[in-house]
Amino acid sequence: MSFVRKSYLPETSPPLLSVGVLGWLKANLFSSVGNTLLSLLGLYMLWVIVPPLIEWALLDAVWQGSGREACLVENAGACWAFVAAKFGQFMYGRYTFEERWRVDLVFLVGALTVGLLMIGRMPGRRYLAVFGLVIYPVLAYFMLTGGAFGLVEVETSLWGGLLLTFVVASVGIVVSLPLGVFLALGRRSKMPVMRTLSVIYIEAWRGVPLITVLFMASVMLPLFLPPGTNFDKLLRVLIGVTLFSSAYMAEVVRGGLQAIPRGQYEAASALGLGYWRTNLLIIMPQALRLVIPGIVNTFIGLFKDTTLVMIVGLFDFLGSVQVNFSDANWATPQTAASGYAFAALVFWIICFGMSRYSMRLESRLNEGTRRA
Amino acid sequence: MSDTPSENLMAIEMTGVNKWFGAFQVLKQIDLSVKRGERIVICGPSGSGKSTLIRCINRLEEHQQGRIIVNGIELNHDLKRIDEVRAEVGMVFQSFNLFPHLTILENCTLAPIWVRKLPRAQAHDVAMNYLERVQIADQAHKFPGQLSGGQQQRVAIARALCMSPEIMLFDEPTSSLDPEMIKEVLDVMIGLAGDGMTMLCVTHEMGFARTVADRVIFMDAGQIVEENAPEEFFNHPQHPRTREFLSQILSH
Repeated sequence: MSFVRKSYLPETSPPLLSVGVLGWLKANLFSSVGNTLLSLLGLYMLWVIVPPLIEWALLDAVWQGSGREACLVENAGACWAFVAAKFGQFMYGRYTFEERWRVDLVFLVGALTVGLLMIGRMPGRRYLAVFGLVIYPVLAYFMLTGGAFGLVEVETSLWGGLLLTFVVASVGIVVSLPLGVFLALGRRSKMPVMRTLSVIYIEAWRGVPLITVLFMASVMLPLFLPPGTNFDKLLRVLIGVTLFSSAYMAEVVRGGLQAIPRGQYEAASALGLGYWRTNLLIIMPQALRLVIPGIVNTFIGLFKDTTLVMIVGLFDFLGSVQVNFSDANWATPQTAASGYAFAALVFWIICFGMSRYSMRLESRLNEGTRRA
Repeated sequence: MSDTPSENLMAIEMTGVNKWFGAFQVLKQIDLSVKRGERIVICGPSGSGKSTLIRCINRLEEHQQGRIIVNGIELNHDLKRIDEVRAEVGMVFQSFNLFPHLTILENCTLAPIWVRKLPRAQAHDVAMNYLERVQIADQAHKFPGQLSGGQQQRVAIARALCMSPEIMLFDEPTSSLDPEMIKEVLDVMIGLAGDGMTMLCVTHEMGFARTVADRVIFMDAGQIVEENAPEEFFNHPQHPRTREFLSQILSH
């Protein structure tokens, strides 16, 4: 039996039901009896939940008003007038009213820097990154605290709202990542002392709830310090949050390190690269790239955990919202629900933004670098 | 061993080298001297210790007894000197081990820039020169993942050459390649041998051994069993284990 092909077969188009809208519907919603039932159940639940939600949040909502009377009408939905009236407090807390432009400026410059960095390849990007990581924090510090360059001092006890949330979260994020990298390297070190210290540090912080850490930082710590030493409560909280999240970060980074094949270390060693250069140039760029989802997950967790600073008497964004529920001028049945809904929406937008950014970063970094 | 000038001619000297993985002895009393410019092929069944032997030369593996002197520098716990040795000893791995996050060109310029402290432009020229030589210069701005196995291995050779090493170690460089790609890699290695590079090569490519090697070393159970010029080695193997191995490997 012998066979010799005379010519290669031409390509043909795929069956109709496997491509396009029909193909998608069939594959994703109605691929089997069970899936069809689940799809229908899902549609029914959307039908039950979405219309009343729209009614409450948009159609019946009260958008304007200067007091509770506006929101006490019959069948009133969300009381957005409350949110509008208290917006300043939600954003700045009790930050001195005349000085709020400083916060706005810091936010604006920060948003611009991050935004421009997101655009990707552009000239001077390196300098912008240096500005963002080195100059901006110093600038932000002086702008927010004041007391120098002719700026009025604003005590940190007055800070609050979204400002405080951003300060705690961004300091925590920026400092805990490098700390976490060092801890992860320490935990994998060949030196027993380094390794043991890293393990103790990581396990100790991970084994304690953040609330305990915050209590320790704000209530217990002053008891151990010599009387008269008074260092800023916000600073103590910042240190607590940063050390706490660096332990989590260390474990995420360690996961990435473990995924790097031994051959990478060997190739780097064989070229004469030492420990630090191997890690800095070869291992970390790959390991961090692998664990971007984990890193961002930790960032998002940290961002939401900042709401816990309420427990030690700092009023972050959520805290500022809650404090205003007790304002007699705005006591209505819808006040709390509206405030929480607004807080949830703001948190969601920020966290979703972070998650989208991390996905973009991943796909950009992975361009052409997928392992064969 | 005497302090004669001949020691200067030696690229590598191993005397009485022993090594264990746990309780298992992988290298037993290895004595091996390699002259400058000498080309040596090491073969043997898997688990015979041949890879471990050449990995001891740049201390990817640590030997526990005996002495290893590379380029006049003894390998011991002095880490600084080991990095010095490693800069002079290039290595090519079975699994290429290119850095996947760097382009081909960056793979080649990284060590010259950071270890040799070459200016960027000069490192670039050196790298392009070697990439040209392994006929892959047109791929310089791609990433390793976009290249075939044979191309990746040629890049790995160029990357090692960019450090202008005195000695090149090859650890089964063609073992994970498709037959069609083996030749392109072997051609590069044969060219290199023609330039007088000191080479130690663990391989099962007996054709390569015949054309290029000055000496073929056969290892079994962690020791050197037979050592001879390629003609003699292939035509008149002495040790029964060598004969058995050659008949297995040359029978098809």
